[in-house]
Amino acid sequence: LSRIGDELYLEPTERGLSLRTVNSSRSAFASFLFAPLFFQRYEAGGPPPDRELFRCKVLMKSFLGVFRSLPSLEKTVGKCLILLKPQASRLVVQLHCKYGVTKTHNLAFQECERLQAVFDTQRCASSLCAPARVLAEAVVHFPLTLAEVTLRTGPGGKIGLQNYVEDEAEPSKTMVTELWLAKDEFETVAVAPGSHITFCLKEFRGLLTFAEASNLPLTIHYDAPGRPAVFTLDDAVLEVHLVLATLSDPESSLQPPAANGVSHLPTPSEDFPDDLESYMIAMETSAYEEGSGVPPSPTFPLHTPHPAESNPEEEEEEEEEEGAVPGTPPHKKFRSLFFGSVLTPGGPSPAPTQEVLAEDSEDES
Amino acid sequence: MRFRAKIVDLACLNHFSRVINTIAKLAKTCTLRLTVSKLYFILSDKVANGGVSMWCELCQGNFFDEFQMEGVAVEHNEIYLELVPENLSRALKTAQSAKAVKIKLTNKHCPCLRVAVELPSLSSSSRIVTHDIPVGVIPRRLWNDFREPSVPDFDVSIYLPVLKTMKSVVERMKNLSNSIVIEANSNGEMNLKIETDLVSVTTHFKDLGNPPWTSEDGCQSSAQDRDLESMAEARIDIRKLQQLLAGQQVNPTKALCNIVSKRIVHFILLHEDVSLQYFIPALA
Repeated sequence: LSRIGDELYLEPTERGLSLRTVNSSRSAFASFLFAPLFFQRYEAGGPPPDRELFRCKVLMKSFLGVFRSLPSLEKTVGKCLILLKPQASRLVVQLHCKYGVTKTHNLAFQECERLQAVFDTQRCASSLCAPARVLAEAVVHFPLTLAEVTLRTGPGGKIGLQNYVEDEAEPSKTMVTELWLAKDEFETVAVAPGSHITFCLKEFRGLLTFAEASNLPLTIHYDAPGRPAVFTLDDAVLEVHLVLATLSDPESSLQPPAANGVSHLPTPSEDFPDDLESYMIAMETSAYEEGSGVPPSPTFPLHTPHPAESNPEEEEEEEEEEGAVPGTPPHKKFRSLFFGSVLTPGGPSPAPTQEVLAEDSEDES
Repeated sequence: MRFRAKIVDLACLNHFSRVINTIAKLAKTCTLRLTVSKLYFILSDKVANGGVSMWCELCQGNFFDEFQMEGVAVEHNEIYLELVPENLSRALKTAQSAKAVKIKLTNKHCPCLRVAVELPSLSSSSRIVTHDIPVGVIPRRLWNDFREPSVPDFDVSIYLPVLKTMKSVVERMKNLSNSIVIEANSNGEMNLKIETDLVSVTTHFKDLGNPPWTSEDGCQSSAQDRDLESMAEARIDIRKLQQLLAGQQVNPTKALCNIVSKRIVHFILLHEDVSLQYFIPALA
């Protein structure tokens, strides 16, 4: 999780403890859900009758600092107790070590809203499942500095991986690495023929390392370019989801957008991906219970493509009139934002730096 | 113009990778010259390279199981390519357990060296990873820029001390100064000196031995006329020297340098099947 974001969101639920994070550009989200069975003892909420579920976020670095040296932890720590003390504003992590030593770490936390990316693996057209080792062996051929990788289907049911070369990069100067995995190296393959998806390798590698260490098969669900790709690991006591924004494609803008009755809002900022209608957030937090008349997802205004940016040959002009524009932001950047971070006006705002992918539009509401 | 080559033997592949790694450490971009029997990695002494030049020669038969080359023309049966050796190094890096590595010159969108690595896999078919490394084809009229440098008329020629030792000495000196003086005499003595405002450090090596050179016409080389003890010296950029030493992954069979006082230092590193010459000019 620390490879992705700087803040660790802890959310105890009845189903278990969920640890989540999102990256600063909001193009990557990960959650690890530990079932109650994973723990020796698990109490999600406060003492009855309240049973109020409290969530918080802490600085990733602080939390990691407690568990700094894994080998020494394994040798000395007998039990670890994690306790949320809302009144004291502290997250307590207590390590009960050998020889009667107890190390108590009090971490300051911030209250936060529920961090939830909206995704639905059922709606993904393609999915692949492979042992982590196979994917790790494939990914090793790409340099560590490589930002994005493209996964595609090929002839004979093969699955290919290639480093993504930005259009601005001179093709005569960039090395292209490509490899193909045979169908039988996967546990399951259910992919749309001719499909491809481009996502960020760095966060994927992080998950892959975890998967390899835990010896779990990794499932990749993806849909059209631009829609998020979901990577999952499943185990009896652990459910892991990594959701990554993917690069949208000039060609994909030729497809009519899915009609799903989403309201179209003009966007104040230029660079928003188009196909976000489907990622409108369900109002899950109390913030929206007041029944504000705000349309479901102010966070995802539609994008009217900048004429200079979009590919003039495509039929975007006509589609614009329909109001649903599968516009093409400069596709080299991951503008594809799928995020549904439900943020209330009072909640913490993301750090929008350069290309903002998830403009939290608290201001708009 | 065609080029195809294949390496099947793992030891040859490792050896070739090591050579490429060394070249990659010495030059960002260099020229690959292919002839029927040899490969050359050449860096010519342009200002952009800081005046250093490199000539590395390999016999293809020692590395490749298959090697087919057709040059630009029958009477000029050679190919000169400009490439970034780091790319080739990266392509070979994860090929260490390969069943075979094929290299081919292709021209899909632009000229490329396609490195296809066939790796064992648990599935029914091998896994093939291809790396397309963009290259520039150097036209014949520019080939003269890449001629083999001649051995300079040196003042002293001396075998180098154990490279590992020399490397660690130079690395420490690098922290103190930007330039280093190499001086040596025909009596097997070499000194590496740095001098700054605050400190001067000299490391002395002796009993290194001086390689015997005979000039082509059989007369004694001028070096032998020198007083054995008198030192020839040159001040060179310490980083270039450190780069050369750091790039050596295997101990050479023979390592020597020729010093032309105050002009240039010519390093020759010989392995069984690879020879590397590196020229570092003296600083003004």
